[in-house]
Amino acid sequence: MSRADVAAAILWVGATFYALFGGADFGGGLWDLLAGWDDEKGARPRAVIRRSLTPVWEANHVWLIFVLVVLWTAFGGAFSAIFTTLYVPLALAALGIVLRGAGFAFGKSIEGLRERRLAGATFAFSSVITPFFMGTVVGAIAAGNVPAGGNGDAFSSWIQPLPLLIGVMFVASGGYLSAVFLIGDAHRAGEGDMERYFQRRALAAAIVAGVFAAVGLLALHAEARYVFDRLTDQGLPLVILSALCGLGVLVAVRRHAPAWLVRPLAAGAVVGVVWGWGVAQFPYLLPTSLRIDQGAAPDATLNVIFGVFVVAAIVVLPSLGLLYTLSQRDMLEHD
Amino acid sequence: MFHVLPLAAASELLPAREQMAFTLGFHIIFASLGIAFPAYMLIANYRGLRRNDPDAIELARRWSKVAAVTFAVGAITGTVISFEFGLLWPEFTARFGDVFGVAFAIEGIFFFLEAIFIAIYLFGWKRLSPWAHFWSGVPIVVCGLGGALSVLAVNSWMNQPQGFTLSGGLLRAGGEVTEVDPLKVIFNPALAYEAPHMILAGYMLTGFLIASVYAVGMLRGRRDRRHRLGLLIPLTVALIATPIQFMVGDTAARSIAADQPVKFAAMECVQESHTHVTEYIGGRCTEDGVKGGIGIPNFDSWLVGFSADTEVVGLDSVPASDRPPANTMLHLAFDLMVGICCALLALGAWFAFVWWRRRDIPRTRWFLRAVAVSGVAVGVAIECGWIVTEVGRQPWIVYEVMRTEEAVTGASGIWFTLAGVVVLYAALGTATVLVLRSMARRWRITGSAEDGGGPYEPAPAAAPSGSGR
Repeated sequence: MSRADVAAAILWVGATFYALFGGADFGGGLWDLLAGWDDEKGARPRAVIRRSLTPVWEANHVWLIFVLVVLWTAFGGAFSAIFTTLYVPLALAALGIVLRGAGFAFGKSIEGLRERRLAGATFAFSSVITPFFMGTVVGAIAAGNVPAGGNGDAFSSWIQPLPLLIGVMFVASGGYLSAVFLIGDAHRAGEGDMERYFQRRALAAAIVAGVFAAVGLLALHAEARYVFDRLTDQGLPLVILSALCGLGVLVAVRRHAPAWLVRPLAAGAVVGVVWGWGVAQFPYLLPTSLRIDQGAAPDATLNVIFGVFVVAAIVVLPSLGLLYTLSQRDMLEHD
Repeated sequence: MFHVLPLAAASELLPAREQMAFTLGFHIIFASLGIAFPAYMLIANYRGLRRNDPDAIELARRWSKVAAVTFAVGAITGTVISFEFGLLWPEFTARFGDVFGVAFAIEGIFFFLEAIFIAIYLFGWKRLSPWAHFWSGVPIVVCGLGGALSVLAVNSWMNQPQGFTLSGGLLRAGGEVTEVDPLKVIFNPALAYEAPHMILAGYMLTGFLIASVYAVGMLRGRRDRRHRLGLLIPLTVALIATPIQFMVGDTAARSIAADQPVKFAAMECVQESHTHVTEYIGGRCTEDGVKGGIGIPNFDSWLVGFSADTEVVGLDSVPASDRPPANTMLHLAFDLMVGICCALLALGAWFAFVWWRRRDIPRTRWFLRAVAVSGVAVGVAIECGWIVTEVGRQPWIVYEVMRTEEAVTGASGIWFTLAGVVVLYAALGTATVLVLRSMARRWRITGSAEDGGGPYEPAPAAAPSGSGR
C-alpha cells in the first residue's frame, strides 16, 4: 500500500463515520418530515428524534468537514475536479446544511407556534435534500462523470439514473439507520408505542433501501461498468456482508432484538456498501480518469494527515465514545 | 494543474470575491464568539462554584445556552466556507490544498473536540457533578484557541507564504507543489501577529457584547446583582484585553509595513516611497495622497521605524496591476478600527479610575450607554480589520505567488449564488437575533434558564415525557 492509498483509506474511514452518524441524523429529519401534519400526533415521535439528535448532531457533522479537508489536502486535484463539475448539487447540499442546522438549532428556542413549525419544517425538509444531493455527487463520481481536469458538464454529470438513484439511496439508508437507532432510544425511555412506531419504519426503510440498492446495481451495470465489475468481483464479500446484515436487521427488528444487536447489524449493512464502493473504485479516485497515486500531495503533507488521524483515533474517538455513552445513559439532558 | 484561464473565469471574479467577503464577514463574528464565549461561561461557572454564588451559576448557564446557538451558526457558516474553497476557488485549492491543508487538518481535531465537549457541557448541567461539569468545559476553551490558531495559520500563510517548493523553481511561474514543510507553513512569520490579534479580538467582541446586553438591561432599570455581575465579569476581561490588543495591533501594523509594504502603503495611502511621511487620519485616498484628512507630520514614518527619517515604501514601488483596489476604503477601515480601539481604551481608563476610587462602576448613565454600544463597535472593528487584511492583500490570493483571478472557478452563475447567499444569511442573522431575544425574554419571565429543577440536581420529572420541548 502506498502512502496515497493510506490517505485514501483515511478518507474512506471519515466517509464511513459520516455515512453512519451524519446519515442517521439526516434520517431523523426524514422521520420528522413524515411524522404527519397533525401537531399532536407528530409531537411524540418528533420529541424522540429531537432528544436523540440534540447532543450529538454537531459532533457528527464534523465528519463532513474531516472528509472535505482530507480530500483537498491529500487530493487537491480531485477535490477541484469534483467541485468544478458537480457545483450545482454541492451548492444545493451546502444550502441544505445551512437550513438544516439553523432549523434544528432554532427550533427549540424560538417563540410562537408558527415559527416553531417553520423551523421544524425547514429542518425536516433540508434533512432530505442534503443527503439526496450528496448522494448524486457520489453517484456521479462512481459513474465516472467527473473528468480528472474538472469542469465537466454541470448538469448531465449528475442528472442521470445512477446519481439520482444513489441520491435516493442515501436518503433511504439514513432513514433506515435512524429508525433502528431510535427504536433503542424509545425503548430506553420506556415508550413502548414509540418503539413499535420506529420498528415499523425501520423495516419499511430497510426494504426501500434494499430495493434501491438492487436497482442501483442495475444502473451501475449500465452506467459505471468499471465499478460494477469490481464490485461484483473484489467487492463481492462486502456486498454479501451488507446484504446479510440487512437481512439480519429485518429478522432482528421483527423479533424485538435488543439494541446492542440491531444497531451493529444496521451499521454493518451501511459499512459494507461504503467500503464495497471504495474497493470497487480502486485504484481510482475518479473512475476511470484519476488514480489515487496521481496528484496525491507530497509525502510531508500526507504524513501530517496520518498524524492527525492517529491523534483523532487516540483523542477524538474516545471523546465521541464518552459523548455517546453519556447521551445513551441519559446523563445529558435538555429542555 | 496550471493552465491559461478561460475568459469566462475572469467575469466571475467579482461576484466570487463578494461572496467570499460576505460569507467570511458573517462567519468571523460567530467564529469570534465561538473562540471566546466558552471562556466567559467558565469564568462565571468557576466563580459560582468557588464562592457558592447562585447568580454566577445562573449567568454561566444562560451564557452556555447562548453559546450553543452561536456555535451552531458558526458551525454551519464555517461549513459553507469549506464548500467555497471548491465552489469559488478550485484552482487555489487544487494547487495549494496540500500546503495550507495541513493547518486545516489539525483544525479538524480541535473542531471535533469542541463540538463534543460543548454538547457535554451544555447538556450536563443537571446530571453531572458540579466540578466534573466545569472541567468538561475546559477542553472547549483550549480547542477554541487551538482551532483559531490553525485557521489563522492558513490565513497568515496566504499573507506570508512559505514552506513549499514549486516545480520549475520560479515562484511566480506557476509550477506544481513538489515539497511541503508543514512546520514552516504553519509557523509562518505572519502567524505571530495575526493569531494573537484575532484571538484577542474574539475575546473583546464577546466580552463587550455580553456586557452591552447587561448595560442595556441596567439602563432599563434592571439593576439587580445578576445584571451587575453580568456586566462586570465580561467587561473586566474585555477591558484587560484592550490595551494588549492595542500593542499587538501596533506590532502587526509595523510588521505589515515590513512584510507587505504595498498593503501598508494602501492602508496609509502612501503614493511614493519617501521619508518624513505624514500620518493622515480620515480623508480620501487620491493619486496625490490623502485629501481631507487630519495630517500629523512625520508621524507615519515614526510609527513604522520610531524615527522621522524612516522611509515608508509607497504604492509606486510595484506596477499598478500589483496594487490593492479601494484604497480609500482600506484607509478608512484601518482608521476606524484603530479609532474604536482607542475609544475602548478610554472607556477602560474611565472604568479603572472609578473602580480604584470607589469600588463601583461609574454612576452616570453615559457609562452604561458607552458599554451598550461597545459590543457592536468591536464587531465593526473586526470587519474593518478583516477588510484591511483581505482587500489589502489583493490582487493576490497567495501573496506574490498566486493571483486571485487565477484561483477563481470557471463555473458560471456566481452572481446567482451570491444573491442567494445574501438572502439566506440575512434570514439566518435575523433568526439568530430573534431567537436570542426570545430566550432572554423567557428567562426574564421565569427568572431561570431552566423550566424545572435547579442546576446540579435532577429535574423533578427526570423521566423524559412526551412534552417534547
